Amino acid sequence: MSRETALVDADWVEAHLNDPKVVLVEVDEDTGAYDKNHIRTAVRIDWKKDLQDPVRRDFVDRAGFEKLLSERGIANDDTVVLYGGNNNWFAAYAYWYFKLYGHQDVRLLDGGRKKWELESRELSTDAVSRPATQYTAQDPDTSIRAFRDEVIAAIGSKNLVDVRSPDEFTGKISAPAHLPQEQAQVRGHIPSAKNIPWSKAANDDGTFKADGELRSIYTGAGVDLDAKDTIAYCRIGERSAHTWFVLHELLGQQNVKNYDGSWTEYGSLVGVPVETGTGEA
Amino acid sequence: MCGAPSQDLDLSGVDLAKEAVIAGIVSRGSDPVAGAYVRLLDSSGEFTAEVPTSATGQFRFFAAPGTWTVRALAPKAEPVDRLVVVEGIGSVARVDVSVG
Repeated sequence: MSRETALVDADWVEAHLNDPKVVLVEVDEDTGAYDKNHIRTAVRIDWKKDLQDPVRRDFVDRAGFEKLLSERGIANDDTVVLYGGNNNWFAAYAYWYFKLYGHQDVRLLDGGRKKWELESRELSTDAVSRPATQYTAQDPDTSIRAFRDEVIAAIGSKNLVDVRSPDEFTGKISAPAHLPQEQAQVRGHIPSAKNIPWSKAANDDGTFKADGELRSIYTGAGVDLDAKDTIAYCRIGERSAHTWFVLHELLGQQNVKNYDGSWTEYGSLVGVPVETGTGEA
Repeated sequence: MCGAPSQDLDLSGVDLAKEAVIAGIVSRGSDPVAGAYVRLLDSSGEFTAEVPTSATGQFRFFAAPGTWTVRALAPKAEPVDRLVVVEGIGSVARVDVSVG
């Protein structure tokens, strides 16, 4: 994976707006954003309603993902371009999710919805529909998804990258500053985790920083990218999908997993070690 | 800049017994700017949060007491930074930003 195969810019999207084999998909935290307006040919995926099991805390199963993509008119050989608000947090989450179910050609729009808006590019309120397909997904690729037991086992051995804000990491607050405070039973972070907020990887306009700069952000914070496997986490797995994208897709690191259980799971587990403060003795 | 909420700020749903708030309006000339992006940076310049402005140009953050920077990004305008001090729980730090 590399920047060339994982990322497209707004000019590329505009040039492919009418390409039948390119499917634009908007994924937002604020799921009403698409209703207000969207890129002219984009369909919507609702990260909560469409991508989460309605009862258990887990993904929709393979059959559910096949049904969703078939309904949205996405074929196995389509190029899927994801974009969204919040600096592409949920678009990156969907990217990781598409990869988990084996979609071959998926990309992110660099800068997402914000850069598109700040450049005053065209947005539309027209309804978008595509003819249904017969989509076939693969079994989930758990080489990119971490579960709690392997996270506990990774303490002190693998790279654990906590991408939340410094105040969430130290335990001062339990959710990002623009959200009501809620969620896990306790505050803090997984012992031995390095705090590298997702935002360090992005410019103000939401685009990703250059590869060399990205690499030094992680290595400079003590992440061993040469010898160790890596698990990224945040609060619910969306910001860490952004960092997973940087490490695995842009920098081409092998063995990087996103822990989507993240702090809302870990911070509610009984008996696991938790660290507060900066973690630096 | 700090003090009682101004009448034209919508703080419905905010429990001021529990939260300290940074809020304001982004405007261009005399018009509010909807869909601008407002970033909240901590005292070390670290990104903390970002929200788009509402139809009336308003934005709002929940923040701890301390010194913060509010940065507004809007189409066809240079980014504008404003320093803001949050005094404590129950206070509303008002910061309005005018963009070019």
